[in-house]
Amino acid sequence: MAVGLLVTCLNDVLYPETGKAVVTLLRRLGVEVTFPAGQTCCGQPMVNTGYLDEAVPLVRRHVEAFAGCEAIVVPSGSCAGSVRHQHRIVARRSGDPGLVRAVEESPPVYELSEYLVDVLGVVDVGAYFPHRVTYHPTCHSLRMLGVGDRPLALLRAVRGLTLCELPAAQECCGFGGTFAVKNPDTSVAMGADKARHVRESGAEVLVAGDNSCLTHIGGLLSRQRAGVRVMHIAEVLAATETPAALADPAAEVAR
Amino acid sequence: MSRTFLGTPAFPEAARSALANTQLRRNLAHATSTIRAKRAAVVGEVAEWERLRRAGAALKDRTLRHLDTYLQQLEESLTRAGATVHWARDAAEANRIVVDVARRHGTDEVVKVKSMVTAEIGLNDALAAAGITAWETDLAELIVQLGDDLPSHILVPAIHRNRSEVREIFLREMGRYGRPAPADLSDVPAELAAAARAHLREKFLRSRVAVSGANFAVAETGTLAVVESEGNGRMCLTLPEVLISVVGIEKLVPTWADLEVFLQLLPRSSTGERMNPYTSLWTGVTPGDGPQEVHVVLLDNGRTQVLADEVGRQALRCIRCSACLNVCPVYERTGGHSYGSVYPGPIGAILTPMLRGVGADAQVDSLPYASSLCGACFEVCPVRIDIPEVLVHLRAEVVDSHRGRPSAQNAAMAAAAWALGDARRTSVAERVAGAVGKLLRRTRRRAPGGRATLGALPGPAARWADARDVPIPAPESFRAWWARTDGGRTEQQ
Repeated sequence: MAVGLLVTCLNDVLYPETGKAVVTLLRRLGVEVTFPAGQTCCGQPMVNTGYLDEAVPLVRRHVEAFAGCEAIVVPSGSCAGSVRHQHRIVARRSGDPGLVRAVEESPPVYELSEYLVDVLGVVDVGAYFPHRVTYHPTCHSLRMLGVGDRPLALLRAVRGLTLCELPAAQECCGFGGTFAVKNPDTSVAMGADKARHVRESGAEVLVAGDNSCLTHIGGLLSRQRAGVRVMHIAEVLAATETPAALADPAAEVAR
Repeated sequence: MSRTFLGTPAFPEAARSALANTQLRRNLAHATSTIRAKRAAVVGEVAEWERLRRAGAALKDRTLRHLDTYLQQLEESLTRAGATVHWARDAAEANRIVVDVARRHGTDEVVKVKSMVTAEIGLNDALAAAGITAWETDLAELIVQLGDDLPSHILVPAIHRNRSEVREIFLREMGRYGRPAPADLSDVPAELAAAARAHLREKFLRSRVAVSGANFAVAETGTLAVVESEGNGRMCLTLPEVLISVVGIEKLVPTWADLEVFLQLLPRSSTGERMNPYTSLWTGVTPGDGPQEVHVVLLDNGRTQVLADEVGRQALRCIRCSACLNVCPVYERTGGHSYGSVYPGPIGAILTPMLRGVGADAQVDSLPYASSLCGACFEVCPVRIDIPEVLVHLRAEVVDSHRGRPSAQNAAMAAAAWALGDARRTSVAERVAGAVGKLLRRTRRRAPGGRATLGALPGPAARWADARDVPIPAPESFRAWWARTDGGRTEQQ
């Protein structure tokens, strides 16, 4: 038995480096990782927009793909929350008692920092990242899952890392899934304040546990030529004293 | 005739113009952050806050489960105490009852205690149509009424105004309706309050009929409660001969002792005070003391419809504290008017569609989407209303009410569900995205940190891209990488 990596649809297509970082990190900590190839998307974009019927096949895919895993690890607070809280709602809606049962029997799902701190019991993951970093606690990791200060504890244990305080850290960045395009003006107004706070923090790198929020905040920072880059926490925790961690931050990841 | 919310555009449009109002943004950011900090401080000092929240939620849930029994008990208790009980199915019935009572007393004016429910039913307009003027006596409601404005907050209806705007309104308008503001009025809050006090005093002393809502109605004793800060409510509840209280049927608590829980939860959540300055409790008629004719109008107006909704019914626990408004990042930036509803903010975004019915119109249907689902509202709600859960539930109702109709969103969601419904289809879509990504990476600039992005884009993509750079798909998806390298095991070392 191994832990199944739920890489998330967003990371799969836009940020594969985040998925690779999770694999590197977990293997370094002695965990056997598999990537169930049947996985697609947890269905959250549909559920949160009101398309419950459309989410039914996605939930079915998910439970089939991960059946037999010891646990599911996902580098996203939002997707973890979706699997933990929304899948049973979708399953009930389907009217299929088999799916309801399958969802109930599905392996436990952990957001990355929960898995590291609660299941593996580690805080120092042996990472090295010599940069000024600030951390944005994403809403779903903070308020839906309650990860608390686990990510901060992990970051504090990273060698070389300087943690800068983010003003109004707990305030939503304004991404909100389809909210970002259904209410673009409000979303950008919220994001503008988040970007301002990030700049005020004096950090060079903004770190979070959700690449969805980082796409939004990073998109604003990049448009402003703010000189702050965004990184998923998995990539920071996977970094060690090898040339890759010290690579030119302006260079695109080699492929 | 005062202004109404009728004709407010759907939330995204209304928000766009509100976001451009720099004065509003400044006023709201200042007011909400002040009240947030006060609330956090006084809630933080109650060790058993979470237990209190759970007790409040449980009490309300039990009451709602047996609402029919408790309502009958309340009617009996009120009648025994000398009050006249009226039942109103909807706004029109409630307004007619109030107008009839006022008319019977031959009055052409009433004084009003601040009340959300009378705003919900449009009572002031109904009274005006009958030739009766309703004087709002709460300071913020007075500012709104004098300014021919609309309330934008449940607790602080004039939160969108700052003191210099209030001064202007008082100077310009007070003289038209009674005692004018002193000509040398400044914008010092104490002076503004003194002007309002003098203006209102003559109305308190003259009016023979008062209209109130109630924060709580105790079934066991027939006692109504009004919780307030200014004392205007106490004036209205004690000076006039006739008191008419309009009470939503969800305001019930079974026993007097239950007030213990709510009178701790409400002020701390609402004004950020340990205790509010004035708590008025009255039980029917007390001979020789206070109003000698007491009417209570018990109002449904969509509430039984909300009660029938298994997920949405938790909204009926609401005690109108407005803590959810003050922490909401959307409300803080768009203000209350953008919601086009008497109940703004997160609670309004769920309550209004349920009271009016999902599918009523595009404006109502836009409200459940007026949230990033950040969950700050649920975190502060003193009666644990899971507002994000209800928002998502109502979004599904909105979608279901439009199913089958062609729309770009329906088509996009169906296409996404198809592509993501099967890993092989997903993999094909990813290969296409990767090929596009490879092409774009050759031509486009790179964002810091290796995340390649596109700049501004035209058409529908502008909804994302006019303010945010767009991520470019990776040339190779994670899935493809895993398959090619056996999960990284065969990758070059």
